[in-house]
Amino acid sequence: MIGVGLLILAALLLLGLTLWRRRTPATLRVIEAYERLNRSVGIAVENGTRLHISLGRGNLFTARGGSAFAGLAMLRRLTERTSVSDRPPIVTSGDAPLTILSQDTLQSGYRAAGAEEQYRFSTGRLTGLSPFSYAAGTIPIIHDENVSTNIFIGDFGNEAALLSEEADRQNTNLIAASNNLSAQAIFYASAQDPLIGEELFAAGAYVGAGASHEASLNVQDILRWLIILAIIIGAGLTILGVPI
Amino acid sequence: MRVFTAVFAIASGVIVLLGYFFPIGQLDQLRLQLIDWAVIIAGMAVLLGIYNLVAVQMEKIRAQQKGSLYGVLLIFSLIITFGLGLLLGPNHPFMRLAVDAVVVPVEASLMAILAVTLIYASIRLFRRRVDVTTVLFLLTAVLFLLAVMPTPFGPIPGDWIITQFGGMLSRGGSRGLLLGIALGTLLTGLRVLFGIDRPYGGN
Repeated sequence: MIGVGLLILAALLLLGLTLWRRRTPATLRVIEAYERLNRSVGIAVENGTRLHISLGRGNLFTARGGSAFAGLAMLRRLTERTSVSDRPPIVTSGDAPLTILSQDTLQSGYRAAGAEEQYRFSTGRLTGLSPFSYAAGTIPIIHDENVSTNIFIGDFGNEAALLSEEADRQNTNLIAASNNLSAQAIFYASAQDPLIGEELFAAGAYVGAGASHEASLNVQDILRWLIILAIIIGAGLTILGVPI
Repeated sequence: MRVFTAVFAIASGVIVLLGYFFPIGQLDQLRLQLIDWAVIIAGMAVLLGIYNLVAVQMEKIRAQQKGSLYGVLLIFSLIITFGLGLLLGPNHPFMRLAVDAVVVPVEASLMAILAVTLIYASIRLFRRRVDVTTVLFLLTAVLFLLAVMPTPFGPIPGDWIITQFGGMLSRGGSRGLLLGIALGTLLTGLRVLFGIDRPYGGN
């Protein structure tokens, strides 16, 4: 019942705060990686270079798919912003349903920007179905496709090291976040400005995806405080010998 | 059509979620039925994904882009293994050989490169960023490696303290990160469920 209660509370807070955020936009703290991302998008459009967005291997049937959805929300906004560019962004993923969703998201982004004719299905690519085949298929794109910024957002494993190494070799910008702890450690060591923990889910809010994304951040903060309180109360009761 | 896809996606999500929390009679049956459909669709998506892979490689070959030779090799290997897999089945000795003699060694080689890459990334970290968290990060990694790796002299002195005390701190930290990720996943899921984010081309 705690799960249902948490879900209902989160849903009500999300709806209420989304309505509120439509009238009062949030002031977000500076996250250097997202500042760099916004600069990189502008530079890529001006230079005629590409963005490469890799959404990882998050299976949509598991909880790992959550990070992939966060990546798709960001992709939608980035597609709109780069729709005037000669070189469209390339999206890679290591899960077939995710590839189809990425193609759909690219098409929706172009449609929203009034440039649907620019959409090419070959810009949303499945590069491999196992961790290393995914890395092996993605590395040539970083190397050969005139990419100036690599954005890795989603579920990655240890293969993230090979991807970030290639991004570094090509001297490109790297913005990277993952829900996987191993990949987070790898990105911490290899990215200029690492994104840690739930910062991945803030991507939409920082690229201007709308009030609901800003409201999500507020709800996360509220729920985090509730969890902290529950942990402290639980620890206190355990110390006092009260059965929980 | 777009409205229909959105309504269908949201209704399916709500039914699966309700069926998960309240596994009662028909609702649970409906949840399992929808999940079965989703599994079949995901299977078809793999075939579409392979089509996408082949189409991208064919485009590369047609345009004689850099690395198109690898594209030829990929398509050739794909046709052979896919065809033989259909004819012989995945348990045939030839199919097992294809995995054991090609896929496993290639992935093992990449794993070996990965080890070198990680060491190199750790060294470069000091060149990129020198602050307290960087020092703590590398110090913790080195101490844990020393504590868990086999040595000719057996365990190093103090390994128990490192794994217990350091482990306590790192477990606490990782639980904090995982809680944050769980909350983020929850909110992302709710946005999709409410149709605010529609990655299936609805908005």
